[in-house]
Amino acid sequence: MSSLPQTIHEARSLLRSGAMTSVALTEAYLERIVQKEPQIHAYLHVAADAALAQARTADERRAAGQDAPLLGVPIGVKDIITVQGMPATAGSRILQGFMPPYEATVSRKLREQGAVFLGKLNTDEFAMGWSTENSAYGVTHNPWALDRVPGGSSGGPAAAVAAGEAVAALGTDTGGSVRQPAAWTNTVGLRPTYGRVSRYGVIAFASSLDQVGPMTRDVRDNAILLEAIAGHDPKDSTTFPEPVPSYVDKLEGGVKGLRIGLPREYFTEGMHPGVEKATREAVARLRDLGAVVEEVSLPHTDYGMPVYYLVATAEASANLSRYDGVRYGYSAKAPDLLENYLLTRGSGFGQEVKRRILLGTYALSAGYYDAYYLKAQKVRTLIRADFDAVFEQYDALIAPVAPIPPYRIGEAPTDPVSLYLLDVMTLPSALAGVPALALPAGFIEEDGAQLPVGIQFIGRPLDEATLFRIGYAFEKDRRPETEDR
Amino acid sequence: MPKLTSAEVQHIASLARLALTPEETQQYASDLSAILDYARQLQEVDTDHLHPTASVLPLRNVMRRDEARPGLGPAEALANAPEQQDGYFKVHAVLEGSQ
Repeated sequence: MSSLPQTIHEARSLLRSGAMTSVALTEAYLERIVQKEPQIHAYLHVAADAALAQARTADERRAAGQDAPLLGVPIGVKDIITVQGMPATAGSRILQGFMPPYEATVSRKLREQGAVFLGKLNTDEFAMGWSTENSAYGVTHNPWALDRVPGGSSGGPAAAVAAGEAVAALGTDTGGSVRQPAAWTNTVGLRPTYGRVSRYGVIAFASSLDQVGPMTRDVRDNAILLEAIAGHDPKDSTTFPEPVPSYVDKLEGGVKGLRIGLPREYFTEGMHPGVEKATREAVARLRDLGAVVEEVSLPHTDYGMPVYYLVATAEASANLSRYDGVRYGYSAKAPDLLENYLLTRGSGFGQEVKRRILLGTYALSAGYYDAYYLKAQKVRTLIRADFDAVFEQYDALIAPVAPIPPYRIGEAPTDPVSLYLLDVMTLPSALAGVPALALPAGFIEEDGAQLPVGIQFIGRPLDEATLFRIGYAFEKDRRPETEDR
Repeated sequence: MPKLTSAEVQHIASLARLALTPEETQQYASDLSAILDYARQLQEVDTDHLHPTASVLPLRNVMRRDEARPGLGPAEALANAPEQQDGYFKVHAVLEGSQ
């Protein structure tokens, strides 16, 4: 099993040289899924037969002299992104058994580039959470410490990649849901610029914030996967028309002379000392590599949490009104229509989703709209302006991803304010719509377990290339963490 | 800031079409009060001359050609329906005297 390629670029060179077929590679990954799933539970749906059929097709295409960026490479997809022929639950009971009649643009693009779909990966219900504990289908375990959460909401994709149950995966990031699980599983996760990747066929949570992001073992794979999914989509009018550059070609530019800002507001009161240490060490390493790192200020950072939880929940309350028990999904089958709406939604949604629908409905309701929703949107303008101002002088920012390392399953803070503050380092960049790349930065040793810590590089809109370039130099300089989990 | 009452939570829940148990109503009254109380710090920010950000995109008025394209057929559209009849989604009667 040690010869099993763990990255897209390793798999690709084996497939291209003929040293391995896609069928053999896919069989090996399916075998690993069987071995690992009893401990990890990353997958909600494994499509073994379909995956092997796709692998056979990939091998036939290759035998016929064809190639494609992902031809024959087995990947997984978060269960909030639709894939033709596979159920899509968004981790919710209300979508139990739902078979999407179409597929997401990102899935179609991966399919066209030859990817093999292993299955659908766990998520907090409608991507609302930090841990996958809000999934209606059970919690995913962190491969680095099985009694701990993998982060969330893209905890399934993160754990699958970390445990070697998929070469790479797609997640979604609304307020940090790709970056935080990447940081907590020693993997690489990108939140692209809002509008860089199509949201068509991705089950909506908060439409002004949702973005699909690649989750991978290393930075090179992340660049490969972003190239595969990014670009304008006629089916999503919020996608940028700008062409997608080759991120892979620019990986090796180094960081010499780059100006990187360190926002002082991200060193928060409740931050774990191990997280602060990893961030300071990362800064020192970048300086050694020739980057100029200076402290900067994003003065409206602390407002990110309340702004996000008013804006995102308002949008969610509208998006989730479609689950009516009539057209698809779970139905309580109550004897009259109003009762059926109330009971279907009351019992089909979990606690966190209901809490957010209620908060969003309140923020949008008559008498409170101006004080909460409109006010939040205005402060969002200031949060974006903070980033615009620092990016006039800096090429990127470096910051921690989460204030604490992964917590034990069942031991999340119980009061909602403390819980929502776990997102404080990923929310402002999401609200500003700027890209951010999370990657491994070390470990915190706690009770005999090695708990992964990540850092993030935040960049200018549409400048993912610079983030990959910094990330690649940083990763190359670190001792490679190739140990298999 | 006064705490949200159970009656207020019930009102929001009915707007959002969510049936809640009495225990849930109490819990959400307490949760929402705490979150809204925290959100009050936004009031200290001077936003008088600011435009609200509904979208961070510089794009405006994206148009496409108005031309026929294939869409979902009736069978595909109904495939996930909890109840259907004669090619329609089936719902309970909402008008008095109707069947």
